Amino acid sequence: MEICRGNDELEISELDPFLAELLRQIPASTNPEGSPAAEQRLFSRPADKGEKESCAEWKLYVEPELRKFFHTATETVASDLEQLNGNERTFANRTLHIPAKHADAWLSALNQARLVIAAKYDFTEGELCDHYRSPIGSRRDLSLFQVNFYGFLQEFILREIIGCGEKRSD
Amino acid sequence: MRRQPHWGGSWVAQSERFAGLIHLDASPLRATIANPTIEEETQTGESLDLPWQVVVHNDPVNLMTYVTMVFQRVFGYPREKAERHMLEVHRNGHSILWSGVRERAELYVQQLHGYLLLATLEKVD
Repeated sequence: MEICRGNDELEISELDPFLAELLRQIPASTNPEGSPAAEQRLFSRPADKGEKESCAEWKLYVEPELRKFFHTATETVASDLEQLNGNERTFANRTLHIPAKHADAWLSALNQARLVIAAKYDFTEGELCDHYRSPIGSRRDLSLFQVNFYGFLQEFILREIIGCGEKRSD
Repeated sequence: MRRQPHWGGSWVAQSERFAGLIHLDASPLRATIANPTIEEETQTGESLDLPWQVVVHNDPVNLMTYVTMVFQRVFGYPREKAERHMLEVHRNGHSILWSGVRERAELYVQQLHGYLLLATLEKVD
């Protein structure tokens, strides 16, 4: 796999079928359904548990807006990922172009996916730092690899498109 | 008196916010006119001025560079200050990012949740 910054886009080329499939799974991975831990992580409390009234108001007014916001980001990513669709029986490597204007949507969707997967599998901090574990041991190992792969993409988007590391002029 | 945050701004319809404050009942009104009583003001200026703080809690999944970027974007902090807060979250489990008036603190918490950070609004004791 090769990643390079082009004109107003990020190009991920030489994507082998395995990594292409992991990318295709981003939208589905953002869905916390069936996992209360993942649901709680995406929609965490805005105040201490004792602040019942404010937590209830948040659930009523803010949470639906957050759901819409997260869903919009995921839809943008899903639409970019359509580039990877094609003849699934060929094992040729593929190329994905991520427009710079979609960078925030990608950061959000990748973060949603990482948080949901990590919550579902309850990964420890030690596991999350283990970047060398093989993805082929178990479903858990594959999911850990997925979290780290998405994290790698996030880092790249932050550095190459968002320009993190550049100092603010103001 | 402790005020509850109401998650105002664009999130909450004004009508909803004020609905609970308006009571229309004819008989108490007549009684009040006939025999007026002055109720004590329970919400003092001092209580309104008490600051609220925006606290961000550690989450090992969020990337350090991502958290730094969020602090720069939401609070407009320079990179060095944003990194200091990020490291404080990482090492101490939490960091107080901002303190001040409630409405602004609420807005910051909403924005931080939009970036999927674990953020809470807390009253300064």
